[in-house]
Parts: sequence; C-alpha cells; structure tokens
Amino acid sequence: MFAQLITSFIASAAFGVIFNVPKNSLFQCGCVGMLGWALYFFLVENEINSIIATLAAAFIVAVISQYFAKRYKTPITIFNVSGIIPLVPGGLSYDAMKHFVENDFNIAVQLATKAFMLAGAIALGLIFAEVINQLITKYNRRKLRMRN
Amino acid sequence: MNDQLHYNEIIDVCLLAGKIMLQNGGETSRVEDTMVRIAAAFGCEDSHSFSTPTGIIFSLDGMHPASKLIRVSQRSTDLHKVTLVNSISRSISSKEMTPQEAFSRLKQIEKAGMGYPLWVQVFAAFIASGCFLIMFQGQWSDFIWSCIAGGLGFSCLLYLHWLLEVRFFAEFIASLVVGLVAMLFVQIGVGSNLDTIIIGAVMPLVPGLLITNAVRDLIAGHLVSSLSKGADAGLTALAIGTGISVAFVLL
Repeated sequence: MFAQLITSFIASAAFGVIFNVPKNSLFQCGCVGMLGWALYFFLVENEINSIIATLAAAFIVAVISQYFAKRYKTPITIFNVSGIIPLVPGGLSYDAMKHFVENDFNIAVQLATKAFMLAGAIALGLIFAEVINQLITKYNRRKLRMRN
Repeated sequence: MNDQLHYNEIIDVCLLAGKIMLQNGGETSRVEDTMVRIAAAFGCEDSHSFSTPTGIIFSLDGMHPASKLIRVSQRSTDLHKVTLVNSISRSISSKEMTPQEAFSRLKQIEKAGMGYPLWVQVFAAFIASGCFLIMFQGQWSDFIWSCIAGGLGFSCLLYLHWLLEVRFFAEFIASLVVGLVAMLFVQIGVGSNLDTIIIGAVMPLVPGLLITNAVRDLIAGHLVSSLSKGADAGLTALAIGTGISVAFVLL
C-alpha cells in the first residue's frame, strides 16, 4: 500500500510535468492523483466492483480538484488531468487489444466493453462532482441573498 | 474613429487570450467564458464568443458592432500558459490592466517557450512509466525496463510530433516502439512480465487532457467541441492500441 501511495504521487506529478502545469501546482497534482488512486486501490482490494471504485475515485478527484482550484485560483483542469490519469483503464484496454490480436473476439469484446464502462464511470464521477459544486454555489448565493 | 480603434483593441485582446488558451489545452467553455469576461471588464457588456477546437469567432454588439474570426490549427499542451492567461483575465476583471498592457502581456505569454525543457519532460515520462508499472501490480525488478521503454516511446512521440503534422501517426509509432522495446527486454531475459511492462510504458501516451476536456465540455453543454475531442481521444487510443498490436504481430 505504501509503495502504491508513493508511486501514484510521483506518477501524477510526472504527468503534471508532461502537461506543463505550473511548477508550484505540481505538489497538489501529485496529492490529487495519490488520493484518487488510494481510494480506488482500497475499494478494489476490498472486492468492490472496479466500476464503482472508479466512479468513487473520479468523484473524489473532482471534488479535491475543485477545492484546489478555488484555493489557488488556477484552472481546475490542471488538477483534474493528473488525478484522472491513473484511473484510465489502460490495463483492460491492453488486454482487450491483445485478445483482438489473438482472434479471441469473445473475450476481447467483453474486455473492451468493460473498459468503455470504466471510461463512462470516470465521466460520471466528474459530472457528479460538478453537480454538487453547482448546488453548493447556488445554496451559498441564496443564503447571501436572504441575508441581504 | 478613436472609439472604433478602442473597440478593435478590445477584440484583439479577447481573441489573443482565447487563442492562447485554445492552443494550449484549455477547455472551450473556459475560452468562451474568459473572452466574454474580458470584454465585459473593458466595458463591452454585449459580446458573443463561439469557439470550437479549431477556431474562434468573437463579436461585439452595441454602438460599434464588429466581429472577427481566428483559426487555430496547431495545438499543444501547455497548461502553464492557460494558467497565466487565466490570471491575466482575473486582473483585467478587477480593472487592474488597460487593453494595451494586457495585449503586450499576452503577446509575451504567446511567445514564451514551453514550461519545462524537453529533457525534463522525457524524464517525467521515464519515471511515470515505472511508477505505473508498480501501480498495476508489476514487479520492482521490471521497474527500470518499463522506465526505459516508456521514455523511448515518449521521446519518439515528441520527435514525430515535431517532425510531421500527421495526426495519430506519432502515437502509433510511439506505442509500436514501446511494444518492441518491451518485447526485446523480455526476449533477452532481463524483463519478466511483458504485459505490465507494456501497460506501464504506454501510459505516458494516454490522451488524458483530451479525455478530461471532452468530459468538462460535455458538462458545460459544448456539444460540438466535446464530441470532437472525444473522437480525437478515441482515435488516439485506437492508434496506441494498433501500435501495440502491430508489435505483437511482428514478433
């Protein structure tokens, strides 16, 4: 688990470098990636469906990104990208591709479908977080208006 | 006449800001939002911006209606520039900058080089490959081999992007290189698990920014750009997969 935390932190920060994020945001990028991956890993280790795990992790990534984006006044994409990368179903797509090459279409299509659903789960996680963010903003605005 | 000049200046500032953001990986929703905000801060409340991944149309209403179109053909990923433009837009909104100042600052940003030197980026890809290998349950003995394969693949990607303007070809060749190098390591007996080495080494090629932007644009209701970015990401993923499978077929 410890090795997982360290490697996911470094991998996410390294992705920040690949996407040229500002130097002073690299640490936060690493944190977002590490927390998202830690949640995913924990859930999968406890035998929870990987689609649910990806959804939860993407949600957490998006929530933390929103917090960082507000706190440091930077575009949210910076944190989103580095957090999402570890969740991308690279391994599954690879397995699917391998079975396609071996003409084992039954398994290949199954794996590809699963990879596709994982990608959908990432998108859904981001969307949920955005929904909650908008609800909070609207709620705060209304509270402010009531007070005035 | 003087007024007209002033409005032209505002349009130029907005378009330049939008262009820099779009070229360097900002979402279209952010681009449109930023342009309208800048115009509003300079006193043009009625402005419209329409941007797609390949171009921006911007127009001002009111006393001096005017519109301009800008074509964006070359795109790269430099989120540092997006952040800089974002902060300039913030200081314009709080009325700390004149159009002339903003324009010269934006020009500087446009001309500036990439945020990190090339070797740092390749090194980042090198390290990231190894870390992904561990994250995907690989063995530590394969760490360095995954690093080398990933670093080589990513250097290939950068070189081919610089050399040719053919989309998807660079990703295809880069993943082919990753596959071949990983197989070489396994064949000569230094690497043990081919699958995890390849998965780790391929990760730096994943179009992460495209995926994120496609989703974010979809949430914001920018259907044209979200679908085209999604297609772009899908085709890039397909190119990577094809490269790997060609490597399998070759050996």
